[in-house]
Amino acid sequence: MTVVGYRRPAPGINPDNNSSAYASTRARAPRHPAIRIEHTLSEITGPHFETGGASAIDLTRGARGEALGERIIVTGRVLDDDGRAIAGALIETWQANAAGRYAHESDQHDAPLDPNFAGAGRIISDSDGAYRLVTIKPGAYPWRNHPNAWRPQHIHFSVFGTGFAARLITQMYFPGDPLLAIDPIFQSVADPDARARLVAALQMDVTVAEYALGYRFDIVLRGRDATPPQE
Amino acid sequence: MKTKLTSSQTVGPFFAPLLRGDLSQMVSAETRGERVVIEGRVLDGNGDPVPDAMIEIWQANAEGRYDHPEDMQEKRLDPAFHGFGRVGTNARGEFTIHTIVPGAVPAQSAQSQAIWQAPHLNLIVFARGLLTRLVTRIYFPGEIANDSDPVLCAVPAGRRATLIAKDIERLAADKAASRRLCFDIVLQGANETVFFDV
Ligand SMILES: [Fe+2]
Repeated sequence: MTVVGYRRPAPGINPDNNSSAYASTRARAPRHPAIRIEHTLSEITGPHFETGGASAIDLTRGARGEALGERIIVTGRVLDDDGRAIAGALIETWQANAAGRYAHESDQHDAPLDPNFAGAGRIISDSDGAYRLVTIKPGAYPWRNHPNAWRPQHIHFSVFGTGFAARLITQMYFPGDPLLAIDPIFQSVADPDARARLVAALQMDVTVAEYALGYRFDIVLRGRDATPPQE
Repeated sequence: MKTKLTSSQTVGPFFAPLLRGDLSQMVSAETRGERVVIEGRVLDGNGDPVPDAMIEIWQANAEGRYDHPEDMQEKRLDPAFHGFGRVGTNARGEFTIHTIVPGAVPAQSAQSQAIWQAPHLNLIVFARGLLTRLVTRIYFPGEIANDSDPVLCAVPAGRRATLIAKDIERLAADKAASRRLCFDIVLQGANETVFFDV
């Protein structure tokens, strides 16, 4: 069986796990280089999830009322690096609330929880690869990486494409955030153009008048040189 | 390539919403194949448990077929087995996977005759402190096919054992229970698990 593997990311796109400015890497990053293997059926296949799931969700409507904070719209497409839409991709998001607090038992930040905002979403991209998330703009929050360390505002994204080799977890940031310049996680991406692609773009054609600012965030997964012939 | 890739970032510590629904149980009563319970720990370079790791599993069914349109082997799909699992570590760094032993799957091969891969689970490890996901495999002890598996053979002989689970002795009273295996994931250090660049 001849397998057409996924293209390899260019250097500088994915962070080196040995990035000591991010303190948690120091005892967790492997010291041996990863061993390169050619892709087999094991790497090019991967799980699929329910089709027909919602491609547009709204996290701002809590059980007892509207979530607090600045309502925003985040929309985009899941694509491969040939620009082809990936339909039926599972996108999972999670984030802090407007005060910078996660609805998570181990988040110790002394900022209020919002009973109307859980901050976690599950979306299936539509036939055009598109998704749409209505949420609250997350607050910055402190962390213990170094004295007086603060994470820039961000939304976590987990995405499944068509093969396990293309599996991606990332974070989406906001334009103009001054914390980006000093965030060791964002700065772990060596290629400045790749860093810029993690920053959503404010778009007036996504923005809904009298309702919410709109941001565009496309997620581009690894593609392949050709799809294999049907045997 | 027309568009440019999105970079990886760490999963961070607050991914609990991803663990909703118990995906550590990959089998149901109807699933075909030999049951196996894989228990392990994720350890860091100091030997300390990693209490906030997430492991994803992808594997073929008992006949060695992936539930994916590009696996066109003439083997049966199992409607009671998809092959995806996801599990978080607990405060002691421990995880447990309930699955079946997969069948052998073909390797990349330019020749017409197939070269087979030994039965294995494909794993991805995410955690705070990992900016880019780690990819590894779990192989099964006592499989003759391990000796000729092209991926295992690409690993220096001295490190191959990190990829092969170990049998856990079953209590005499427990003979009817599932086969139990142990597979620790050592992120860093002397006994570091082999990770793959895929
Ligand atoms: Fe976060």
